[in-house]
Amino acid sequence: MQESSSIGIVAPQTAHFDAPLTLKNGEVLPQFDLTYEIYGTLNADKSNAVLICHALSGNHHVAGKYTETDKNAGWWDNLIGPGKPLDTNRFFVIGVNNLGGCHGSSGPASIDPLTRQPWGSTFPVITVEDWVASQARLADYLGIQQLAAVIGGSLGGMQALQWTLSFPERVQHALVIASAPNLTAQNMAFNEVARQAIITDPEFHGGDYYAHGVVPRRGLRIARMLGHITYLSDDAMGMKFGRKLRHGPIKYSFDVEFEMESYLRYQGDKFAGEFDANTYLRMTRALDYYDPALEHGGDLSAALKPAKADFLVVSFTSDWRFSPARSREIVKALLDNNLSVSYAEVTAAHGHDAFLMPDPHYHSILRAYLKKIELRKNISAVPIIERRGAL
Amino acid sequence: MTKIAKTIHASFAEKAKLRRDFALIANWVKPGAKVLDLGCGDGALLGYLRDTQDVFGYGVEKDDDNWLAALKNDINVIQMDLEAGLSGFEAQSFDVVILSQTLQAVQNTEEIVHEMLRVGREAIVTFPNFGYWRHRAQLINGQMPVSKNLPYQWYDTPNVHLCTINDFDQFCASHQIKILQRLVLTDEKPIKLLPNLMGSLAMYRLQSR
Repeated sequence: MQESSSIGIVAPQTAHFDAPLTLKNGEVLPQFDLTYEIYGTLNADKSNAVLICHALSGNHHVAGKYTETDKNAGWWDNLIGPGKPLDTNRFFVIGVNNLGGCHGSSGPASIDPLTRQPWGSTFPVITVEDWVASQARLADYLGIQQLAAVIGGSLGGMQALQWTLSFPERVQHALVIASAPNLTAQNMAFNEVARQAIITDPEFHGGDYYAHGVVPRRGLRIARMLGHITYLSDDAMGMKFGRKLRHGPIKYSFDVEFEMESYLRYQGDKFAGEFDANTYLRMTRALDYYDPALEHGGDLSAALKPAKADFLVVSFTSDWRFSPARSREIVKALLDNNLSVSYAEVTAAHGHDAFLMPDPHYHSILRAYLKKIELRKNISAVPIIERRGAL
Repeated sequence: MTKIAKTIHASFAEKAKLRRDFALIANWVKPGAKVLDLGCGDGALLGYLRDTQDVFGYGVEKDDDNWLAALKNDINVIQMDLEAGLSGFEAQSFDVVILSQTLQAVQNTEEIVHEMLRVGREAIVTFPNFGYWRHRAQLINGQMPVSKNLPYQWYDTPNVHLCTINDFDQFCASHQIKILQRLVLTDEKPIKLLPNLMGSLAMYRLQSR
């Protein structure tokens, strides 16, 4: 097998779109920016492009590092790079920050060109369908008519699925990982608690906290802590922390006593320091609203009728937030439409987070499926020397 | 299928030349049929049917390694446990549902055969004939049978519901299953005389009555 390595130093770019975008809620974004990263080289017939859709807290920085001393690589760096399952010597990979995000693309924290003030509460509530429509604009901008694949986990998987419905001719393969055709009531309930934590933070100011020079840190922190609990399985938390004490012995206090508390507080603090609360509200709402079957009386098979892509659907046994049963619903609807689909139920202990882990079997699945795409599309290796050329 | 895909998979027809049962199954599958192969292993049979009969199909496989091998063979493969039933498949949504040399290893035999005939307009079932004379001879000799079609020792066998051709005929009669065709093989050759004694592999084409 080929040696795998990091994609190396990468840099984000921003594309500006002047044509108005009509959103699902009826509002119109007169113009918008999308921040994105690209890795690998687009081949001559532009047939090797793969779009990565991010989940709740992700962004365009999917692989590589910004500087040699950068502590963290992109969020899916274990998957993407030369010789990795998504091989950048073969594929041209696009990572994009979704509309409403807080990492460069137009979002609540960016400046509304009309008012020259941060959008804040006036930034529209964005849907999965809107994201896909805006991503298609980015594909146009990059000169890509058809994507070899769209890949996403969780909320990203919903976007991959929606691509096949919004633009059936423009996506050949969809990799829908740890996802669902809509959220269950329990799943939405977690989102509601997270939003309530943010909205009831005294420093939220109805979403216009930028003008007050504050951020609803406490709310965002609690929202993230709650999220983290649901991304792990009971077993995974047990294995990782158990009942281990941070310092020991017990102090009979409300300070950090257990390792688990320390972890949640650390994750919450870190997130609250770098993420925008208004974005978090909109990402969770996009999750809640996504329900392609709704317009078809709840009939997912009818909803998936427009799809033409080939599918790989993957779920993880210990994922209770996006359980295998939800992935099987997608598979059933794809089967009902006679679409090519493979479905893997990966035995994993990590819960929902498993989709980001480099589990060997899981990565073998993605590698094999992407290899299949490569063979089908006759994609040949792009000389490494040209790799940077695209940046 | 595209030319490139054909080139990639041309090897299936080659490999399967050695598998007489594949060729016979293919005779029972109409060109272009929609096929579901339960317990598809590495997808060799589906690959063969795709290359020879241009079928559109899916495999069902529980085991991780087999599942991955099937994916690598460019088979649509659904990872699930047959024993949980086929509720993920609509009634009468397949032309043919195949259970190739797996019947003897399933727990809920009645349920699975019933499900096959619910999901498929026809079913193809193949299994090693426990009544084959070599098996009988080994039993008379006081030992559990081990043969080409029953390659396991008693302590490591996945087989839990071994049956004879007579048993399966009776099963079909008592379960409202119509036998459309039956073929019995030994060493790849069709057996006409005393099939339950002389045959090592049984193949059935079935339909709901």
